[in-house]
Amino acid sequence: MQIIESSQVYDVIIVGSGAGGGMATKILSEAGLKVAVVEAGPFFDPADPEQMTQMKWPYESPRRGANTTRPFGDFDSAYGGWDIEGEPYTNEKGSEFSWFRSRMLGGRTNHWGRISLRFGPKDFKRKDQDGLGDNWPIGYDDVKPYYDKVDKLIGVFGTNEGLPNDPDGFFLPPPKPRLHELFYIKGARKSNIPVYPSRMSMLTKKINTDRGVCFYCGQCSRACQVYADFSAGTCLIFPAQKNGGQIDLFVNSMVREVTTDEEGKATGVSYINKDDRKEYKLKGKVVVLAASACSSARILLNSKSKQHPNGLGNSSDIVGKYLHDSTGTGRAGFVPDLMNRKTYNEDGVGGMHIYTPWWLDNKKLDFPRGYHIEIWGGMGMPGYGFGFNANEFNKFFGVKVGGYGNTLREDVKKYYGSVLGFSGRGESIPQKSNYCEIDNTKVDEFGIPVLKFNYQWTDHEVKQVKHMHDTFEEILHNIGAEPLGDKPGKEVDYGILAPGKIIHEVGTTRMGDNKKTSVVNKYQQLHDTKNVFIVDAGPFVSQADKNPTWTILALSWRTSDYIVEQLKQQNI
Amino acid sequence: MDRRKSLKSILLGGVASGLAVHGCNPKPTEVADTSLIEEKAHAYGRTPKEKKLDQELLSQTFFNEHEMDTIAVLCDLILPPGDGLNAATDANVPDFIEFMSKDIPELQVPLRGGLMWLDHKCNTDFNSAFKSATEEQQKSILDTIAYPDTSVPEEERPLEVQFFSLMRNLTLTGFYTTKIGIEELGYKGNMPNVWNGVPDDVLAQHGVSYDKEWLAKCVDQSTRGTVAEWDDAGNLLT
Repeated sequence: MQIIESSQVYDVIIVGSGAGGGMATKILSEAGLKVAVVEAGPFFDPADPEQMTQMKWPYESPRRGANTTRPFGDFDSAYGGWDIEGEPYTNEKGSEFSWFRSRMLGGRTNHWGRISLRFGPKDFKRKDQDGLGDNWPIGYDDVKPYYDKVDKLIGVFGTNEGLPNDPDGFFLPPPKPRLHELFYIKGARKSNIPVYPSRMSMLTKKINTDRGVCFYCGQCSRACQVYADFSAGTCLIFPAQKNGGQIDLFVNSMVREVTTDEEGKATGVSYINKDDRKEYKLKGKVVVLAASACSSARILLNSKSKQHPNGLGNSSDIVGKYLHDSTGTGRAGFVPDLMNRKTYNEDGVGGMHIYTPWWLDNKKLDFPRGYHIEIWGGMGMPGYGFGFNANEFNKFFGVKVGGYGNTLREDVKKYYGSVLGFSGRGESIPQKSNYCEIDNTKVDEFGIPVLKFNYQWTDHEVKQVKHMHDTFEEILHNIGAEPLGDKPGKEVDYGILAPGKIIHEVGTTRMGDNKKTSVVNKYQQLHDTKNVFIVDAGPFVSQADKNPTWTILALSWRTSDYIVEQLKQQNI
Repeated sequence: MDRRKSLKSILLGGVASGLAVHGCNPKPTEVADTSLIEEKAHAYGRTPKEKKLDQELLSQTFFNEHEMDTIAVLCDLILPPGDGLNAATDANVPDFIEFMSKDIPELQVPLRGGLMWLDHKCNTDFNSAFKSATEEQQKSILDTIAYPDTSVPEEERPLEVQFFSLMRNLTLTGFYTTKIGIEELGYKGNMPNVWNGVPDDVLAQHGVSYDKEWLAKCVDQSTRGTVAEWDDAGNLLT
């Protein structure tokens, strides 16, 4: 079968439509450039009744929202997961990296937690502080103007607290804490652990006339039909189309490789159309990869040619290396003071109204870097699993567990909303020995060689997670709560979740000034090939304990401005 | 276009386009009518592939009639009717358990085997299948399996205790995820509203309060419709 080539030459081809690709689409198309966006999944619009899961009741799903088909349950809006039929990946022996992919317009921004944290000045220069890893070639001052613009364009609630490494911004006002969150505040403060309003990208206030204001259904993971939370489709790509941008959207199109010419310059991409299973070629003057850290690395490594025998942009042999995810673990407790609750609607925004940023000094600790604490609880909408072990907490009162009959109904109501939980999300140390590479023995259903992962946590991360658990127990104790389950011990590395489980994987095409030790320069431009850029989280030198999305957006905007300028100057 | 597909288009008019995808599987047209009703009942943003999976599971039968009868009896012993309360069967819990046994096939052996154990026990003790025994007889069996020893890990408990715990879990989840179950529970959300903090009487009941300082930072819901503007320092002006 012949590869079908289009005669159209785009100014820019953008691979992927998530946070990075969405932002590049908006900025580049609004600069008047002719843009092609190539997305591996289908078109998605949360306002389309055929695709909508928001405001559905559990009984509208025959499995009541159980996670047998979607990893976060039937109503979560991610099309994909850690395992996708026909798209395998492998692990080196002893490694258990889990790779989450959302195949849809907007990618993972459709279901993410919307926790929108700027990196702080310290986050860009970690080597200066603890001698580990590397500094970024840029600092907070380089990114600040773009964070400011992202805040204003997309909207994020939060508060200016003047914290040294959790910078102020342009915030919408936060919602008031819920009842269980007031208990957390009380418990954390007893141990001098600070608590602040969370920083999340939902519109608690109008930001423009195109998007609605939050109506507090607490279902941001289902994607919002009035576009009151951030996702790349609704907040970047649709507005760019509305503004008259010349954007050709190629959905269900899985990019195989970046094509190059005799001089080694990129000429476009080749992709497989999932609908007719044929291979196509698109031509472009500039290629912007935004397929996610590991997917972009895979595309580069699979883009082998005479000029780029080790894969495109990989003369350094660094593509795929320094892969790292956030650390994570969690614990929950039963709060007797939260029993027998009067019920009222406390759905609020999706996720937490409050959070604890990293607050300690590492000089006094046995691990580097920090973590933030996320808080969950409340009287949520019942779904599959609700009522399991309904009266297990009876054991804390010396009352029999189990039984049958109408006492169960009383138990369910008595304990409804009495659990409070924490998730710790921390910064790991990037390691060259943690990587993804091409597994030449395996192919996906599109004929593309797949990724193989090799990833081991080090003592740094394990000790950090141990500290999280100590903190969780201390706060639960302060609240008068009964910790649930056993505290994970040394034999299970203190319950650290497998790498990839937090879905903050970054670092596979890291930026730097030295082309021997990095893949892209400080403008996220390949050292080896000037007309290829990467705007996902691959270029991150280090992933702070902050969720990566806000930084992806800011850096993608910065790179897009650079591309426009370089095209004007005819440098690329 | 095949016959089934065109029938669907006639039945549903323009709406059919998205649903007609399933028409490729030729089946008797009599079946098509009921499947259409079920398809509509489960419209919750499925991809074509997911829709097909739901339809397949809904069209299969796992439990036989005797097993379904026994499940219904058990469910209503767990959540009985009376005093204005809805029973588990009022919420169609047995149908939900039937669906879950196909959606999570690992449930099949423990459930089917557990039901068999129950009949064996009831026949041994009372010379009757469980579903036909008196309520007193049924309860005398449940009393021996309904109260797990929580100091023993779940997977090490006797099979009949594990079986009943599973039945109880599925019954409660199946009940409280229906309209009548949600009403009984009193969950008030999943509808547009404006969150403006915990009611005062609830704060008092649980002995907590808001900081004035914290509240001052929070959204003034009377201006939520006003477009946000800031000064250069990031202070919200509107």
